[in-house]
Amino acid sequence: MSALEIQHVCKDFGSTQVLKDVSLAIDSGEFLILVGPSGCGKSTLMNAIAGLEPVTSGEIHIGGEEITWRTPAERDIAMVFQSYALYPSMTVRQNIAFGLEMRKVPKAEREAAVERVADLLQISNLLERKPSQLSGGQRQRVAMGRALAREPQIYLFDEPLSNLDAKLRVEMRTEIKKLHQRLGTTIVYVTHDQIEAMTLADCIAVMRDGRILQLGSPDEIYNDPVDIFVAGFMGSPSMNFIAATLEGEAGDYRLRVATPGADDLVLPWPISRETDALADQVGRSLVLGLRPEHFTEEDARLGERAEGTPLAATVSVAEPTGADILLRLPLGEGEITARVDPHCRVTPGERIALRVDMRRAVLFDAASERRLA
Amino acid sequence: MDNVIRRQTPMARLLRVLVYAALGVAALFYLLPLAVMVLTSFKPLDEITAGTLLTLPENPTLAPWVKAWGEACTGMRCEGMGGYFWNSFAIVIPAVAISTLLGALNGYALTKWRFKGAELLFALMLFGCFIPFQVILLPMAQTLGWLGLSSSRAGLILVHVIFGVAFTTLFFRNFYVSIPDELVSAAKLDGAGFFRIFRRILLPVSTPIIVVSVIWQFTQIWNDFLFGVAFSGHDTQPVTVALNNLVNTSTGVKEYNVDMAAAMIAALPTLVVYVLAGKYFVRGLTAGSVKG
Repeated sequence: MSALEIQHVCKDFGSTQVLKDVSLAIDSGEFLILVGPSGCGKSTLMNAIAGLEPVTSGEIHIGGEEITWRTPAERDIAMVFQSYALYPSMTVRQNIAFGLEMRKVPKAEREAAVERVADLLQISNLLERKPSQLSGGQRQRVAMGRALAREPQIYLFDEPLSNLDAKLRVEMRTEIKKLHQRLGTTIVYVTHDQIEAMTLADCIAVMRDGRILQLGSPDEIYNDPVDIFVAGFMGSPSMNFIAATLEGEAGDYRLRVATPGADDLVLPWPISRETDALADQVGRSLVLGLRPEHFTEEDARLGERAEGTPLAATVSVAEPTGADILLRLPLGEGEITARVDPHCRVTPGERIALRVDMRRAVLFDAASERRLA
Repeated sequence: MDNVIRRQTPMARLLRVLVYAALGVAALFYLLPLAVMVLTSFKPLDEITAGTLLTLPENPTLAPWVKAWGEACTGMRCEGMGGYFWNSFAIVIPAVAISTLLGALNGYALTKWRFKGAELLFALMLFGCFIPFQVILLPMAQTLGWLGLSSSRAGLILVHVIFGVAFTTLFFRNFYVSIPDELVSAAKLDGAGFFRIFRRILLPVSTPIIVVSVIWQFTQIWNDFLFGVAFSGHDTQPVTVALNNLVNTSTGVKEYNVDMAAAMIAALPTLVVYVLAGKYFVRGLTAGSVKG
């Protein structure tokens, strides 16, 4: 039985369709992340699950029960809001206990629940304060505490970390992950931050224009994207897209990358990655997708044992990040980003020998932007 | 102004003096009528006829105030302003309380429970702020007659509530617009309903706008003369009507000192309310215009 199941949900605001036939299901204890650019419908979907926005059509089930037309209070869910939405006139203790009070939980039990979540989130010393006396990170904890106190079937997180500074965001991200591992709660989490999505999720739904483009594990989404949008959205720096023409035949496909003012670059397509779809694509221009980390600098010590297809390019910009160096290199008609070892000494204008791991490359149709191989 | 750094030339200093002088003159000009009223109300009658308006009382006396409060004639009766003063309170307090509460509920419903046509409804309600009082005198008299509330205190309270709701709704609507909707969403998920959210979440943060609404309504209703004279009975006349009757009573000598004392009595409550809550008034009016 799924903890949450969404079936063919549509939502219109006037004549604009915000959600177009969205379906998904997650199991109890799963961490689902809805990710996508602004206006993709992820927050609307969240509000539909919460019952804050009625859907136009479709059904929503929680724990096997249909709850499409129930009020938010009747759905056994709790939500953490982007702005935290702490009740300003109440103390932290009252904030956490409010949901229980509304559900007529006896006072002793309420107190016990407050103590429990305060311990869990290390906010026991803040219980008598008002929200205005808390820092951003503390407010965030209290907002989570308010959700945790009720122990609902599903937790909804609506971009909970976007109001925190960068350092705190990473800390709270780890904390949310720990909390999920410890409590085994079912979580639906909305974010536009693909790193949050990759680090937290058991399951990611990438959304765009009111549709779910791909639903899968972080590994699937990252390494096996269904189209150019998903491939480009996940990963930072994002995937390089290179215009290329397919040549050859089954067992010997090659990609020709035209480079203005220089010889064409020819990259062999690995046999292990061949699909039937490729036969129809010979002679057509396609889009080759290579992530920055698929490039490595040539290591002379490896000699013959070096793997990958050799490639040389002139460095236009080198950006050291500490952990590695991001190189901008002209390739084909555009520029690509390669992530190389920080010990690699390069200066702009210098020519560098690289290796590219074609076994991890992906190939898209240029017109439909769908994945081919 | 003081964060602008300028060299203090003699010319600049002279200009500054001129500015303050002009401001001082303007302030004096506006305070003069009040000063005349206060001075006159403490003078015996013979000093008023002998001296000028601005001479200080030689023998200050409270007699005009005592007479205005308890003995002066307002039309046929000679019982002073006291009874009417309390009449006004009996009208103003319920009218202010009811119109403020209704305005708060309206503002809450219009902003946090948006329904189709909410904006249109609000725009229509705003018309109420611009209708001249005189226009509705006759229809309102007829309505009060149908309701059996003619010449009653309840009828006058009803009229003031109806007129006040347009303003109080405007105040509360604009205040609640600046309160995040997510607070209401969170409370809905926590299981609170319409009135519970209003009472537990929004009302506790509404103090500044409640103060604005109370001051505004108190001043409007206390100072009202037209509805008071049109819709009240003999026993329920507000203090403004009594003041008019007192000043217009034409029997005997014109007692300017008593008139002035009566006018001061009629004006005091609104002044007191403003002095006590004035800083909240300004704060409430600007609330929401600046974030944080």
